[in-house]
Amino acid sequence: MTVLTFTLIMLLGAICAGIIGSLSGLGGGIVVIPLLTILLGVDIHYAIGAALVSVIATSSGSAAAYVKEGIANMRLGMFLEIATTAGAVVGALISTAAPSSSIAILFGFALIFSAANSLRKKEEHIVTQSSKLAERLKLPSTYPVVKGQEVAYGTKNVIGGFSMMGLAGVLSGMLGIGSGAFKVIAMDTIMRIPFKVSTTTSNFMMGVTALASCVIYLQKGYIVPDICLPVMIGVLIGAMIGSKILMATDPKKLRIFFAFIIFFLAFNMIYNGFKGKF
Amino acid sequence: MQITDKIIQKIIGNVLKYGVRSVLIISIIGGLIFLFNHSNETVAYGRFTENDRSIVDVVSGILKGVANLQGRAIIYLAILVLFCTPLLRLLLSLLSFILEGDKLYVFITSIVLVIIGFSMYFGFGH
Repeated sequence: MTVLTFTLIMLLGAICAGIIGSLSGLGGGIVVIPLLTILLGVDIHYAIGAALVSVIATSSGSAAAYVKEGIANMRLGMFLEIATTAGAVVGALISTAAPSSSIAILFGFALIFSAANSLRKKEEHIVTQSSKLAERLKLPSTYPVVKGQEVAYGTKNVIGGFSMMGLAGVLSGMLGIGSGAFKVIAMDTIMRIPFKVSTTTSNFMMGVTALASCVIYLQKGYIVPDICLPVMIGVLIGAMIGSKILMATDPKKLRIFFAFIIFFLAFNMIYNGFKGKF
Repeated sequence: MQITDKIIQKIIGNVLKYGVRSVLIISIIGGLIFLFNHSNETVAYGRFTENDRSIVDVVSGILKGVANLQGRAIIYLAILVLFCTPLLRLLLSLLSFILEGDKLYVFITSIVLVIIGFSMYFGFGH
């Protein structure tokens, strides 16, 4: 394959990955890795590097809007970033030592978990009381619902959420994903933070988390500009198209459809991992 | 106090937004130069070869390449600028907590920065 055809195929693939990622709510990076490894035969280490770069790009792009609207909780994000960045460093170091096939298998399972989680029913709940530790850390805050109207929310189980974030960081650094699903579980299910605040704060945190492992990947030679360029641009374009589609259609039906595509990709990764094809 | 917080949030929002835009522009320029020079070469990304270069070597190599208008180096530069957006975001948050006199969060933000620094150290020679 020549560089030109490879670049064009990857650009198209990354656009599709960006669309699927934004419609399924999983992010483009997670879809780009099976595409690069299974379809194009790229080594999983290079795929991880390219996916992480695209995670930073989409995270910074979308977080810009949320920060301005004041939905993302900056203190909460900063506090939990201790856990995610520390986890990401550990994950990236494990990844440099682990064989490709075991990374692929673990990736498959993380993918299944994230897809299953995206189908879970989400109920909005707001707790008004906070734990003592949460108050000491100034985590409870408010977020705007409609213009000028702020809703106050409390925060519970800080230590549980912090530990889950550490795990999310390890997975992010090891597998090159934003691991948004795990971050949202930590905040939404464990710490009882409103869903909208959880998703936006998680997105906001992804850039810094990915940076911690990217610096390691850069020095280890995971980040190849020829692969990163089409992946990064494609995923960004795909995410933009995806958010337009989301506004025009009913996301519920789409989510089920895309969850099945992702299950299929995940089984492929696990199967090929066990066969030692990586 | 509330006002400084809101202003810094706005600045952070802008840093993220314009950061991504400049990354896109730089990487597209680099990509076009790269494709113009290398489009007919064949690709081989099937096998991973591990490098071990310190961040200083990586960055100085990239800057040299950019000076020679190498497409690959310009794409790399875009990736470095991309890495700087969350880093700049951290530094701005640190500044905002310092302005507010929030010692606890100055401390928390510093820990995050130290961890990022550690990852530079651990990524090389280990």
